[in-house]
Amino acid sequence: MSDPAAGPLKRTPLYDLHRELGARLVPFAGYEMPVQYPTGILAEHTQTRTACGLFDVSHMGQVRLTAKAGHSAAKAMETLVPGDIAGLQPGQQRYTQFTNDQGGILDDLMVTSTGDHLLVVINAACKDADLAHMQKHLSGMCEVEPMFSRGLLALQGPQASAVLSRLAPQVATMKFMTGAYVVIDGARCYVTRSGYTGGDGYEISTPADQTDAIARKLLSNPEVKPIGLGARDSLRLEAGLCLYGHDIDTTTTPVEAVLLWSVGKERRVQGGFPGASVIQKQIAEGSTRKRVGLLPDGKAIAREGAEIAIGGKIVGTVTSGGFAPTLGRAIAMGYVERAQSANGTKVDLMVRGKPVPAEIVPMPFVKHAYYRG
Amino acid sequence: MAVTKYTEEHEWVRVEGDVATVGITQYAQEQLGDVVFVEVPAVGRKVAKGEACAVVESVKAASDIYAPVAGEIVEGNAALADSPGDVNAEPTGKGWFFKLKLADKAEVDGLMDEAAYEAFVKSLG
Repeated sequence: MSDPAAGPLKRTPLYDLHRELGARLVPFAGYEMPVQYPTGILAEHTQTRTACGLFDVSHMGQVRLTAKAGHSAAKAMETLVPGDIAGLQPGQQRYTQFTNDQGGILDDLMVTSTGDHLLVVINAACKDADLAHMQKHLSGMCEVEPMFSRGLLALQGPQASAVLSRLAPQVATMKFMTGAYVVIDGARCYVTRSGYTGGDGYEISTPADQTDAIARKLLSNPEVKPIGLGARDSLRLEAGLCLYGHDIDTTTTPVEAVLLWSVGKERRVQGGFPGASVIQKQIAEGSTRKRVGLLPDGKAIAREGAEIAIGGKIVGTVTSGGFAPTLGRAIAMGYVERAQSANGTKVDLMVRGKPVPAEIVPMPFVKHAYYRG
Repeated sequence: MAVTKYTEEHEWVRVEGDVATVGITQYAQEQLGDVVFVEVPAVGRKVAKGEACAVVESVKAASDIYAPVAGEIVEGNAALADSPGDVNAEPTGKGWFFKLKLADKAEVDGLMDEAAYEAFVKSLG
């Protein structure tokens, strides 16, 4: 992880636009980022769930991998992640994790095959370490090319398809977790139908110097409003999606985090990624703890770090918690001992020293609305 | 005649007789953002000056509300349980947090008046 306190804060290509829009800018992963715009987080959240929101996620790291002669970039990547990357058809995208030798998660990431390259999107706070990790382990087999100056825009919500189709009609029929090169406003972009809200939408990788113009063009549509990091967090929490450094980190494995769906079926058997033996053992025998959804009875919010107890005995910890605007109530996720992890289990979340009754529930909290064609 | 005073924790204190009504200022609600949960103290609780006695949660974070002066809680704003957004909409009106019976009326004199508070907010940039 990079130290956010080191050096001056960096700015994305949309910094001036954020200022113009009246954003409240805060330091985040070494960048000056908008946490909210004047309408506030609740309105931004609802905007994204009901119409369309535009997020600046240019702080995230984009890296391009290109195989060297006689090698496969996908096979190379599989030495670092448990996902099925070799099985990606051109234009397909997959979610996976960089694991360490203990099976812990160094970062989570998206990998898309363009046919000629793999395009990788990594978390802002981890991107320097991830890049070094890829360069160290993959350079013999592929070119590892950081594209950290590119823009990345997330256009999310039920109107996202209608809006982006006006500029690029071919995006309307793209399916969830696929990608394509698309010309938008004269700029060659790479668009994937994906996001971090649980809703329909796109992420648009843009040339740095055309990011501002594309963002303004998208915002000129009446359905689109700018959305900050505050609502990005409440949206992803409702969708039950993990936030790196909180819900997953180097001490949690993909099995514990209930991300086994993202581990390739053949790869579970064959291994060949860091920590494979630990992960395979957990697949066979079960992990000692598990990530679960938590629904508090009342209105009190249990946030990260709150202890989870049953009958006064601590059985786990909340890793993310907050107010879910779509549900009008508090939600949380955390880790509990596997023996106590069944849906319907009654627990107490310790908030300011007082037990708040809650129930273990399936996630997502708000149904995903991905476009699968 | 009610007197309104302010604290450096961005609370306002409206004194009528020996009862003070406490809430947060416009500046504070803007800084907090959308308020989604408020916990007010129980009636009868005795609080010391500076003691954390209520909680306000925005979408982003929880913040303590401190007793600006010592006293005994005589009422909490029960309506905030169902409409925490009142804190944003009317921070100095419907969005009040609690009322306390002053232990020492003179303590109020040590708080900032409106002009001093405005200058304090200005100094924060």
